[in-house]
Amino acid sequence: MSELRDLYQEIILDHGKSPRNFRKVEDLANQAKGYNPLCGDSVQVFLEIDGAGRIQDAAFQGRGCAISIASASLMTDAIKGRTVDEAKALFDQFRHLVTAEDDHGHARDRDNLGSLIALGGVRQYPSRVKCATLAWHTMVSAAAGEAKSPVTTE
Amino acid sequence: MTAVRPIAKAFDAEKARADFPILKRQVHGKPLVFLDSAASAQKPQVVIDALANCLGNEYANIHRGVYYLSALSTKNFEAAREKVQRFINAKESREIIFTRGTTEAINLVAHSWGGANLKPGDEILVSGLEHHSNIVPWQLIAGRMGAKVIAAPVDDQGDLILEEFLERLSSRTRIVAIAHVSNALGTILPLQAIIEAAHTRGIPVLVDGCQGIVHREVDVQALDCDFYAFSGHKLYGPTGIGVLYGKASLLSAMPPWQGGGEMIETVSFEGTTYAGIPHRFEAGTPAIAEAIALGTAIDYISGFDRAAILAHEEMLLAHTLDALRSRNDVTLVGMPKKRASIVSFTMNDIHPHDVGTILDQTGVAVRVGHHCAQPLMDRFAIPGTIRASFGLYNTRADVDALIAGLAKVREIFG
Repeated sequence: MSELRDLYQEIILDHGKSPRNFRKVEDLANQAKGYNPLCGDSVQVFLEIDGAGRIQDAAFQGRGCAISIASASLMTDAIKGRTVDEAKALFDQFRHLVTAEDDHGHARDRDNLGSLIALGGVRQYPSRVKCATLAWHTMVSAAAGEAKSPVTTE
Repeated sequence: MTAVRPIAKAFDAEKARADFPILKRQVHGKPLVFLDSAASAQKPQVVIDALANCLGNEYANIHRGVYYLSALSTKNFEAAREKVQRFINAKESREIIFTRGTTEAINLVAHSWGGANLKPGDEILVSGLEHHSNIVPWQLIAGRMGAKVIAAPVDDQGDLILEEFLERLSSRTRIVAIAHVSNALGTILPLQAIIEAAHTRGIPVLVDGCQGIVHREVDVQALDCDFYAFSGHKLYGPTGIGVLYGKASLLSAMPPWQGGGEMIETVSFEGTTYAGIPHRFEAGTPAIAEAIALGTAIDYISGFDRAAILAHEEMLLAHTLDALRSRNDVTLVGMPKKRASIVSFTMNDIHPHDVGTILDQTGVAVRVGHHCAQPLMDRFAIPGTIRASFGLYNTRADVDALIAGLAKVREIFG
């Protein structure tokens, strides 16, 4: 059962139960909806981006499993204060973390990922990768101001 | 090749388990506890052997060769059709159309029958319990014909509200399409009352028998349904093969759905005439080995006393319901008056996907999610459920493993 503890670490259970930045932000141009048709999980991501392309505020709402809610919660904490380009680069590193066969993430990536490292256990559960990445795909869409068409993971 | 068992009085699930080689394997270092037969059942050795024997010893295309193997293959294929006919007590074997599965069978009726009979303003009446495969094909044809799909509501117990259903049967209703057993909640629908009411108004009824064929003894003549669709793979047979039963009078009047070889009488560029039933609806080379092995699966099931299997499944159901009720963090979804051995529940604060992942690590395979019944999930205002469903090979020990797995879930989530 130790593998299960790798997946469901305390920080994940905590963010899953008490998500941070879980609120709706009205009137933002940069928001998008994400939907996983496989499980019905849905998430809405709100970004406040300043003139210099820096994310001043990030929030989300939605429903889903512990993995998807914790991932969205940790993501909003992690991207606040970064530029949109930096947030996208972080997504690339995060995707590598949750999908790579090996665990040889660059040390620099690990520093950059910070608390997100806790989601590394998802790697052992291919059917759950989409849970972990749904909020991130939605964030990219929100940053591009693509509120109209929901992002789907399929 | 087919080993037919002697009729047994009581059903011995432990003994039947030995017929299913996959149940000997482990997952994540734990013995496999397979509780997802409603999605697809495991296969007994005789079915695996039948596939191998067909492909290894008796295979050739059917209905077109003059040589020995083609004749043998054709004979085996048509014998499987007759086994299906006897299994559901159809009047004639030509009323049995082989399809890829239930989904294709329903699409066949929706497009062939619907395309020929639906008019603008017509209504197709379904229930709120339907699987997507008994909703979407009707929406597709309704969209093309200007017709509408109407759903009769379900109560808090997960039962179809019969009065509401009957109220929706009107002069606009052209066909009723309804599940025999709900794949998500296990609800057994009151088919007799539904079919009688529809027939009083001259409305044909299609039954989605995907789960019903497994958990009920089906007699299509006694039911008097017009169409009955089911899949082989849920009945301990192979994937890629299913059945559409239709009354000969209805099928004979229906236009072909897919064109190709096998379904024609004569072909010329001036015009083509079509074969009679069932071949009119079996264009192209069918799933030959799979059809033959479905026949073997039917032999296998028929080797037991069906009533004894169903009694065994009822015992498992009762044990599961008792055990789930003893946990204060579990909510049963639906408590239908009559149900097959399918149970849906939620674990209050824990998402079904998290429950499913943890159960899997304990060797327990359940289905989590919306079970391709999103309108039903919306009715209960939940994103999905955890579903345990039983086959003839399940035992009380499997139920106990599920309950122990739920304790593990609680231990991790606190």
